[in-house]
Amino acid sequence: MSRRHITATINGDEVDFLAEEGSSLLNALRDEVGLTGVKEGCGTGDCGSCSVLLNDYLTCACLVFAPEVEGGTIVTVEGLANGGELHPLQQCFLEGAALQCGICTPGFLMAAKALLDRNPNPTETEIRYALAGNLCRCTGYDKIVRAVQEAASQIREA
Amino acid sequence: MKYASPSSVEEATGVLAGALSAQVFAGATDVVPQIRAGRKQPEILVDLKGIKELLNVSNEATHWRVGAATPTARLTENSDFSSEFPGLSEAAGLIGSDQIQNRSSLGGNLCNGSPAADSVPAMVVNGVRAVVAGGSGSRTVPVSEIVTGPGKTSLADDEFIVEFEIDHMPAHTGDAYLRLIPRTEMDIAVVGVGVRVTLDDVGMVSAADIVLGAVAPTVVRVPEAEAALVGNQINDEILATVSAAASEACNPIDDKRGTIAYRKQVAGVLAKRAVLLAAERAAERNGDAK
Repeated sequence: MSRRHITATINGDEVDFLAEEGSSLLNALRDEVGLTGVKEGCGTGDCGSCSVLLNDYLTCACLVFAPEVEGGTIVTVEGLANGGELHPLQQCFLEGAALQCGICTPGFLMAAKALLDRNPNPTETEIRYALAGNLCRCTGYDKIVRAVQEAASQIREA
Repeated sequence: MKYASPSSVEEATGVLAGALSAQVFAGATDVVPQIRAGRKQPEILVDLKGIKELLNVSNEATHWRVGAATPTARLTENSDFSSEFPGLSEAAGLIGSDQIQNRSSLGGNLCNGSPAADSVPAMVVNGVRAVVAGGSGSRTVPVSEIVTGPGKTSLADDEFIVEFEIDHMPAHTGDAYLRLIPRTEMDIAVVGVGVRVTLDDVGMVSAADIVLGAVAPTVVRVPEAEAALVGNQINDEILATVSAAASEACNPIDDKRGTIAYRKQVAGVLAKRAVLLAAERAAERNGDAK
């Protein structure tokens, strides 16, 4: 097994880790870096549970080979809160009960953040399309969409 | 599996020449599921995104150059490209979720060889050419000649697509791509139809390209529908001929997404609608091609 030494900026910190060359960023983040907020759902890019921002773009970590991130920048759900203060999206998901089992939640939060970063005032339709790559078996999506709308409104007013 | 990230076309062809089984990739949105399913077990993964030509998008005097590994989201958000080629841009934008769009590429969508690849009919109607690099040099091939069957391409083991050349849209010409999926997002085409139409000064069709996806092992051109349009004003009678020809050109599979009869009928309906949309765009498009 050839393990490669990889350096990347993860949630603002420079991080070194070793990963097998053909392994996924998802496995490297969970098993080597210890960021277990990144969840594995399908492992084939369909469910969005492993969504992270890679070099500012929303990506499924399961579809990225670990060596691809050498020198890159990654933000996971662990990087969303500001110290002890939750990101408005996290706070609104919590208050709006926009989660039940929680497996999909980190991915939804990252997809919602990617949306609000480029479009601070999305319509409901835009939110639903932007979250189409994230599957949730619990909520029926309505509470998630409402939480994103509420967070967007709070961020705009801040 | 080993991983290589060559930084030039020459370095990449060298890696491919020295490998027993290599898999080139851009976004790996198809490659990863295929590896996980055991359908591919390459010795070495060759990441093409380190080669700058493969991520280049440039608007040149006679044509666009679009790097084969350019994420489709970077292409669709290019407003100059998308206003010149709305059909091709919309087709590229239909591939998967936002997460996928940041990884998927025209080169990958084509070389994966899926009969249902959304961007392929739209590339073919626009006469897009692929610049292919390989151990024996470079060659330029029409996109229509790359895929030879489901999952199969005409590329040699040591070849890959560097970029696409897309001639500027002529005056009074418009393109369109429409597809049917059973849901509103995140699904694979049951039928896809790419159309490009050129109108003359009096609104008569002077050139037409109609290409179907997802209804045969490769995309299929519909010459009978093209011939019915050229030299005529678009009217209900012509559109009925277009529809019938499109349905007739299908050689589809019967599966959970659609029966043969359903796919044929839908191909006819979408062909008609796509012709109308392309013609509308052609009528709006004056002669100031960039």
